[in-house]
This record gives sequence, structure tokens and C-alpha cells, in this order.
Amino acid sequence: MADTTFTDANFDQDVLKSQMPVVVDFWAVWCAPCRIVSPIIEDLAKEYEGKVKVGKLNVDENQNMASKYGIMSIPTVMIFKKGEPVKTVIGAQGKDKYKKEIEEVLSS
Amino acid sequence: MYDVIVIGSGPAGLTAAIYTTRANLKTLVIAGVKWGGQLMLTTLVENYPGFPEGIQGPDLMMAMRKQAEHHGAEIVDADFTSADFSKRPFSITAGDKTYEGKSVIIATGADTKWLGVPGEKEKIGRGVSSCAPCDAPFFREKNVVVAGGGDSAMEEALVLTKFANSVTVIHRRDEFKASKIMLDRARKNPKIKFVTNTEIVEVLGQDKVEKVKLKNNQTNEVTDLPVDGVFVAIGHMPNTLVFSAKGPLRSEASGSAFGRKDIELDEQGFIKVHDHTRTNQEGVFVAGDVHDARYKQAVTAAGFGCMAALEAEKWLENQS
Repeated sequence: MADTTFTDANFDQDVLKSQMPVVVDFWAVWCAPCRIVSPIIEDLAKEYEGKVKVGKLNVDENQNMASKYGIMSIPTVMIFKKGEPVKTVIGAQGKDKYKKEIEEVLSS
Repeated sequence: MYDVIVIGSGPAGLTAAIYTTRANLKTLVIAGVKWGGQLMLTTLVENYPGFPEGIQGPDLMMAMRKQAEHHGAEIVDADFTSADFSKRPFSITAGDKTYEGKSVIIATGADTKWLGVPGEKEKIGRGVSSCAPCDAPFFREKNVVVAGGGDSAMEEALVLTKFANSVTVIHRRDEFKASKIMLDRARKNPKIKFVTNTEIVEVLGQDKVEKVKLKNNQTNEVTDLPVDGVFVAIGHMPNTLVFSAKGPLRSEASGSAFGRKDIELDEQGFIKVHDHTRTNQEGVFVAGDVHDARYKQAVTAAGFGCMAALEAEKWLENQS
């Protein structure tokens, strides 16, 4: 499955009410380090298909959610479980780092 | 087995790779997860020759990367973790893989120097930033400070004026290292204020930045300034931690990856350079901000990358 696009409109349904944990990559077109994270997110979406929902939220087009979760630096990747943010990773990181965080959430 | 392993993917590393691949040398670039170096955190670069209107830093780096790939460089986006220079071929570890190279060019560059004051570290991404082009839009109609007095501080301040209500440049001296053109631009901007002879001594706030504690280093007067963001641009530290067991930065190093034939550093932690491009280890060359404390320009880094590549090529020829 490809990565999902999250928006202010579908956030409640697709992230907060999701049965699976959800990885949200907060990004914007003007953010160069976001271009580094973007392909990693797409890989993770495939790797964790059926176990974790993985997608992106454009902070310019969806300012409500970005401000609700206090995003002040992008890329920021947050992992949600049962409607609550349980992990926050700020700045571009390697795939291993994101996988480690996802695994922790899956095993908790 | 590679002829050349380049560690680093800023202007120095990628230029080196362009030259070594064009010399028909099998080249691997250890690019790092956050590849591209400092220019990835900038906007318009106006002093790189060949671009009359300037070029966006990240676009310049993507072009350099493409150019290196076009000539056959292999690039891995993994972080360099350790090296063994005690035997040849040298072995270089990045991510979970180890690679062998006949020669190595170290071009690991430099990273943001943080203020190192209480409250700063835990608020990185919560109002503390070193990258205005990345984070400025989150400070729409907010008040921010920029720490520093060089060109990067002026650039950060100018970028921030597009979004923030007010930008206060806090500088610990009363003279500026910034170039005249950048300083003039900042001074002319009505949103930018300057506070000199002053240091940020603490970053305060609950979950995010709410104010900074300032200390005037002439009068010792301490004041609080309410702000929403703190942008740090006080300079860069060479990325040499992993290269020396004995270096001055050793105390901050996390692991002991390097007990095996160190690379010699100078007092400030930069790699000591011999004969323009050589380190103390034969066959290990160096280029860019990781040894250059003086110029620190994209174009000089690219020039150093070229020099190191030409010397590595010559050295390899003499080995066979």
C-alpha cells in the first residue's frame, strides 16, 4: 500500500480513530530536509503494510493539525496510538531511527 | 573494493567524487542520512559562481549529487560510524555495512554549534532551531531572536522577517563578522533589531520557548525577553569526533570507534592538514570545512574537494 495523505479533514477518522498505530510525517514543499525523509516514509508504508498506517501531512495546507500538535520544526514525525501521540521525532533521521520507534510502539 | 571512499556529501565531498570518477577511479560516497551538508539548510546562495541570479542551496546540492552520480559515483545515504586506518585497504563502516577503499577523502564538514545554555537542548524543535529556512513559517506574527553575528546569522534574520513580527539579533560582541552586504541588508530591514555585547544565558518556557534570559557582558545586567523562537547561528563545529581518540573533543565522543590509528586534529578540533590535502595518515586526504577554519565557503569547499581528489589520484598512481 502506498503512503496515505492526512489532512485536517480526515485526521480524526484516519489517524485518531485508527485501529492500527499511525505514523504521520509533517512536511512542506519548501522544506529541504523533508525531501530526505519523504522516500523513507514511502518505504515504511510498504514495509509495515497491514501493521502500521504511514502517511504525510502537509503543514501549509493543514495548519490546524500542525498547530494542534505544536509542530514548530519540520520534518517532524509523530506516531499515534489509540488517538494519542506516543512518539515524536524532530528533524530528518535515518530509516533505522524511525523503524526503532515504530517497533517500540508495536511492542508496547 | 573502491579506489576512493569519500566520507561526506557537501560541496567538498561531491566535488571530490566528480573528479575521482572522471579520473576513472571507482568511487563510493558515504553521504550520511542528512546528506548535502550545510547548504541543505540555506535558501538563496548568491556567491556560488555560475548562477547570476543565485541558486537555492538544496537545489545546488541536488545538482552536485546528480553530477557525481552521472559520472559513476556510488552514493550511500548512511551515516559514517567508524574507520580503520591501521591497515590497507582502509575499512570504513557506515550504517551496518563496511566498505574497503584504497584511499579515503574525509569531507565530513561542520555542524551547528549550539549555545550550550540551560533550556536549549530540550527545546530544539519546540522553538529552538538552527534552520530558519526550515522553520521560519511556524513563526508567523511571532517574535524571535537570532544568536550570532556572522553571515549565517544575518541570513537567518532576513529569512525570518518574511514571517515573524520582530527579529532581534543578539550578538556577544559589538562588531560583526558578517559581510558588509549582508549586514547592510539586515540593518535596513525595519523588522530587525540588534542587541550587542549581550549573550543568551538561558532559554525559558514550559513545553516551548517562552522567553530568553539575556546578560549584557559589559554591565552584567540580566534581563528577560519574551520570545517564541530562538535561532542559533553562532558558528559551526568540525565533524571530527569520530576521527580521533586523543582529540580535544574526545570527552564528548560517544563510542570508542577510534583507537585504531587516529587522524590528527588541531587544538580547535579541525583535522590537521599537511601539504594542502593530506592528513597524518598516508592515503587519507581531507577537504572542506572539516579542516578549513578560515574560509568556510561553498566554493572553497568545492575547491578543496577538487584538490584532494587530484592528490588522491596521484597517490594511487604511485602505489601501483
